[in-house]
Amino acid sequence: MRARVFVTLKPSVFDPQGTTVADALHTLGYAAVRDVRQGKYFELDIDAPTSDEARRIAGEAADKLLANPVIESYRIEIDTTAEAVAR
Amino acid sequence: MKFAVVVFPGSNCDHDAYHAVKHVLGQDAAFVWHKETSLAGADVVILPGGFAHGDYLRTGAIARFSPIMQEVRRFADAGGPVLGICNGFQVLLEAGLLPGAMLRNRSVKFQCEHVFIRVEQTDTPFTSACRQGQVLRIPIAHGEGNYYAEPDVVERLERNRQVIFRYTTAAGEVTPEANPNGSVHNIAGLCNEARNVVGLMPHPERACELAIGSADGLAILESAVRSVSQGAFPAAGAGAKAVAAAR
Repeated sequence: MRARVFVTLKPSVFDPQGTTVADALHTLGYAAVRDVRQGKYFELDIDAPTSDEARRIAGEAADKLLANPVIESYRIEIDTTAEAVAR
Repeated sequence: MKFAVVVFPGSNCDHDAYHAVKHVLGQDAAFVWHKETSLAGADVVILPGGFAHGDYLRTGAIARFSPIMQEVRRFADAGGPVLGICNGFQVLLEAGLLPGAMLRNRSVKFQCEHVFIRVEQTDTPFTSACRQGQVLRIPIAHGEGNYYAEPDVVERLERNRQVIFRYTTAAGEVTPEANPNGSVHNIAGLCNEARNVVGLMPHPERACELAIGSADGLAILESAVRSVSQGAFPAAGAGAKAVAAAR
């Protein structure tokens, strides 16, 4: 199954890239876009018997490597149907 | 005295560091490939600048897993002097040998210029030959040097006098304009609690000869020579020996 891991800067951390993207969008006329936060997205194809186990593995991966806990937080979504679609 | 310069795939200031130590300071120096598991009896370890492992994922995030880093950690834990320059500083942060993390520069630009940094503390193996408050003119070259740590961590760093270098004006004043990347409290470099591990974003090894614009960085590398040879950092020489003894 597939775990989708979204890594984003913590709300308290200034995001220079996101701010620059927001400025560019304002230049394009999207005044309605109030703020942009830029992050990273990972797809992990995991051999696991249950979605709980896949979530546990993805969580460990995020804690140990994918996210830096000093500045980032993450969110995980598990897709149990993804493997058949992917391969 | 022997300096080990660790070489990661993507390091690009390893030769600058080697040159400064060997040809300018006249000390023994050796490159140590990241796959090695020994620091070859070095008294001082330098993690050089560059883009270790292409800066994939985050700066320094993959270099942390290089085999040599276990030995660097052991060397540091035993009190041996370790200097992380630029990308080497980022590696030390990711490895947890120093607290905090780097964000993209406030300008979102790769900043490549000479800056002024003030020596805040002289009781480290890399500032022992400096004067407290001394202002050094040293180049920076980085895209991610915007130092960040939680407010309580920054407060602890200040209380423990772990902030070793701060971006200032030529006159040594801490101002927002003198801060090239947005680092919290204008922090350019810091040390661990034991004070033997120091990381800084500016490149002292690129400022060791007047012919290339500044020789102010020499004081930082000379400090290591002085500290180790005088035993002023008693753990330093002992560190290498302790590591050897532990084998």
